Amino acid sequence: MSAYLLRRLLTTVPLLIGINLLTFVLFFVINSPEDMARMHLGQKHVTQEGIAKWTHERGYDLPLFYNGKAEGLEVLTKTIFVEKSLGLFLFRFGHSDAGRDIGADIRQRMGPSLAIAVPSLIVGLLMDISLALLLVFFRLTYLEVWGAALCIMLMSISTLFYIIGGQFLVGKCLQWVPISGYDSGLEAIRFIVLPVLIGTLAGVGSGVRWYRTLFLEEIEQDYVRTARAKGLSEAKVLTVHVLKNAMIPILTGVVVVLPLLFTGSLLTESFFAIPGLGSYTIDAINQQDFAIVRAMVFLGSFLYILGLLLTDISYMLVDPRVRLQD
Amino acid sequence: MPQLLPTDVFFFLTLFGLFGLLVYSLGQTHLRRPWQKVFQSTQAMVSLVILIPYLLVAVADSIRLEGVLVPQAGEGPVASSEPLSLLDLGLQRLRLSVEKTYSAPLQVELHAREMVRLPDGREIWSTPRLRYGGSHLIDPFKERTSDLFRRAIKGFFKGALVWLMLTVPLLAMVVWWTGDKRRVLLDIALGRSRFPWRAVLLAGLFLAMVVGVLAEWAAVYHVLGTDKVGADVLYQSLKSIRTGILIGTLTTVATLPLSLLLGILAGYFRGWVDDVIQYVYTTLNAIPGVLLIAAAMLVMQASMARHEAAFQSLALRADVRLLALCLILGLTSWTGLCRLLRAETLKLRNLEYVQAAKVLGVSQPRILLRHILPNVFHLVLIAVALDFSSLVLAEAVLSYVNIGVDPSTESWGNMINTARLEMAREPVVWWSLASAFCFMLGLVLPANLLADVLRDAFDPRRVS
Repeated sequence: MSAYLLRRLLTTVPLLIGINLLTFVLFFVINSPEDMARMHLGQKHVTQEGIAKWTHERGYDLPLFYNGKAEGLEVLTKTIFVEKSLGLFLFRFGHSDAGRDIGADIRQRMGPSLAIAVPSLIVGLLMDISLALLLVFFRLTYLEVWGAALCIMLMSISTLFYIIGGQFLVGKCLQWVPISGYDSGLEAIRFIVLPVLIGTLAGVGSGVRWYRTLFLEEIEQDYVRTARAKGLSEAKVLTVHVLKNAMIPILTGVVVVLPLLFTGSLLTESFFAIPGLGSYTIDAINQQDFAIVRAMVFLGSFLYILGLLLTDISYMLVDPRVRLQD
Repeated sequence: MPQLLPTDVFFFLTLFGLFGLLVYSLGQTHLRRPWQKVFQSTQAMVSLVILIPYLLVAVADSIRLEGVLVPQAGEGPVASSEPLSLLDLGLQRLRLSVEKTYSAPLQVELHAREMVRLPDGREIWSTPRLRYGGSHLIDPFKERTSDLFRRAIKGFFKGALVWLMLTVPLLAMVVWWTGDKRRVLLDIALGRSRFPWRAVLLAGLFLAMVVGVLAEWAAVYHVLGTDKVGADVLYQSLKSIRTGILIGTLTTVATLPLSLLLGILAGYFRGWVDDVIQYVYTTLNAIPGVLLIAAAMLVMQASMARHEAAFQSLALRADVRLLALCLILGLTSWTGLCRLLRAETLKLRNLEYVQAAKVLGVSQPRILLRHILPNVFHLVLIAVALDFSSLVLAEAVLSYVNIGVDPSTESWGNMINTARLEMAREPVVWWSLASAFCFMLGLVLPANLLADVLRDAFDPRRVS
C-alpha cells in the first residue's frame, strides 16, 4: 500500500513541473514583461524609462534562463525562471504587481472562501442526493418525467441569473439578509446563508441528473433484486442498499473537489463581496495583475492534483475490492 | 460589396463541416438506428424547430455588405461607414430608432422623470414621450392598449398565415410520398405518425405566431424596451444570438482536430505516444479551467495591445478577440473528449475486425480512418452536442469576469453585465436582464433537450 502511495506521489512530480513550465511559457515567453508593463502603464504616453522602471521594480528585468552579468551560481539563480517560477514549488509566491505579499494575502483569504465553500458543498450534496433518490423512487411515473425536465430547465439557466435574481429577491425585495458583504466570527452567518442557498439552487439541476444516473445504474444490479426478493420496502432498498453502493462514485466526485474548496468560487465571492480567494482572483484578472493570476493558476492546479491523490486514497479505504497492488 | 470578418469565414466553414459530418453519419449503416431514434423523438424535433430560427438569425448576421445606403434623418440615404449584416438591414428600423435613454417594454414614455419644457415655456417634472416608440399614437393613454391588442391579433394571423403557407405544401408532399391520404393525415392529426409531425407543426405554429406578434409590435414600439443609451433591447438580443452560437460552434472546431487526432493516436499506438499525450492532457486538465482561460486571455490581450496597428477598425479588433476566445476555449476543453476517445480506441483496437484488418495487411492510416474513426463518431457527436450549451453559458460568465468577448460586441454576457447595475436602480430597470434571460434560455434549453436525446440514442451503454 505504501509502495502504491509512493508511486502515485512520484507521478505528480512531472505534472507539477509541466504546469510550472506552462505558466512560465505563457507569462514570460509568449508575453514579454515589457508587454505587461505597457499594458499596465497604459497604451499611450509610455516611455522606455517608464517600462524599464516598472519591470525593474518587480524584478521582471532579469534574463529568462541565463544571467551573463552575474557571478558564480547566480548566473543561474538570478533569472526570471528561478526567481519567479521555481519559487512556486515552495509556495513562495512573491509580490503582486501592485507590491502586496501574495502568500500573506492567500493565507488571510482562505478562511472566508472555506466559510462559503464548505457549507455550499454539504448543503448542495445533501439536496442533490435526496432529490435524486426521490426521482429514482418515483421512476417511470410522471413525477420523474417532469422532475427530469425541470432539471434540464434549471441547468439551462446561467449561474449569473441565479445570483442576480436571488440577490434581488431575497436581499432587496424581502430584505431578509444583507445583499453582500462579510463579517468575522459568528456574525458571518448572516452573510453566508444567501450565497449557500443560491449556490445550491444553481447546482441542483446538473447535480440531481448526475446522481440520478448513478442510482439508476445501481438499481439494475443483482443485489437490488435480492434485497427486494427478501421483502424489503423500496424505500429501504434505495436508502440502505443503493445509496451505500453508490457511495464510491459519489465519493470520487466529492473528494476531488475538496482541496479546491480553498480557492473558492469566483462568481459567488465576487457578487457577494466576500473577501476570499475567488474574489481575489477576479480582482487580479480585472487589474491584469499577472503575478497573482500566475500564483493562483499554480495553487489551483496543485490543489487539484492533491484532490486526485486523495481520491485514490479514499478508494483504497472505502472499497476493499479495489486491488491497488497491481 | 460583401465583406467577411475572420469569424464569418470560420463560422461558415464550421457550418459546412458540421453539415458534412451530419450527412456522412446519416449514410452510415451502423448509425442509422440511433438517428432514427432521434428523428422519432418529439423532444428532439421540437427542440430543432426552435433551434433552426436561432441558427438562421446567426447566419443572417454573418453575411455582411459594405457601403449599404442607410436612410438618414432629415437628409437622403447615406452610404453606411461600416459593413452591415443582412440582419441589420432587416431590422433597420430597430437599429436606427434610438431613444434618449431607458424606456420600459412597449412603453411610449421614458422610464425616469426629467424636466420637460412645455411649449408655453413652463417646466414640469414628467416623463417625456419617446421619439420612436409608439410615436404614431395621438393620445397614448387611451389608445395604447387597444393598439397593442389590435396589432397582436394582426401579428397572430399573419404568423398563422405564413405557417399555413409552409405547412400545406409540406403536408402535401408527405401525403404524396406515402400514398394513403386519409390514413396519413389522420395519423398526423392524432399524433400517431412515426416522425412527430403533429408536435413539430404545432411548435412551428406557436413560433410563427409569437414571431408574428413581436414583429407587428416591433414595427412601432420597443418590444423589450431600450437601454441606457436608448438602443433597442430586442435588437441587441437578436444580435447577441450570433455571438452565442459562434462561441458554441467555433470552439468545437478548435477542439475536434486536437482531441480526435491525439485521442485516437494515443489509444491506437499506445507506448510512448500514449504516455506523452496522456501527460499533456493530464497537465492541462489539472489547471482549473477558468484560471487557464483567464491567463490565456490576459496574455492574448497583451499581445493584441502590442500589435495595435494591425487592426484597421474596432469591429475587426473585437472580431479577432472573439475568434481568439473561441480558440482558447477550445484549447482548454479538448481534454475531456480526448480521454473518452483514447479509452474507446483502446477497446476497439483489440476487437476482431481491427485485428483482421491488420492481419490482412491494411495500412495503418487506413485502419485509423476506415475502421476506428467511424466507430468513435458517436462519442464526438455527443460531446459536441453537450458542449454547445455549456459554452453558451460560459460566455456569459467569462464576460462578467472581463475575459470574454470585447465589451463592444453584442452578447448576452455583456447585456447581463450592464444589467447587473441596473437592478440596483430605483425604479428597477429589469428588461435588459429579462430579455437576455429569455433569449439565452430559448437557445440553451432546446440545445440541452436535443443533446439529451442524442446521448440516449447514441450512447451504447444506455440500451433501453
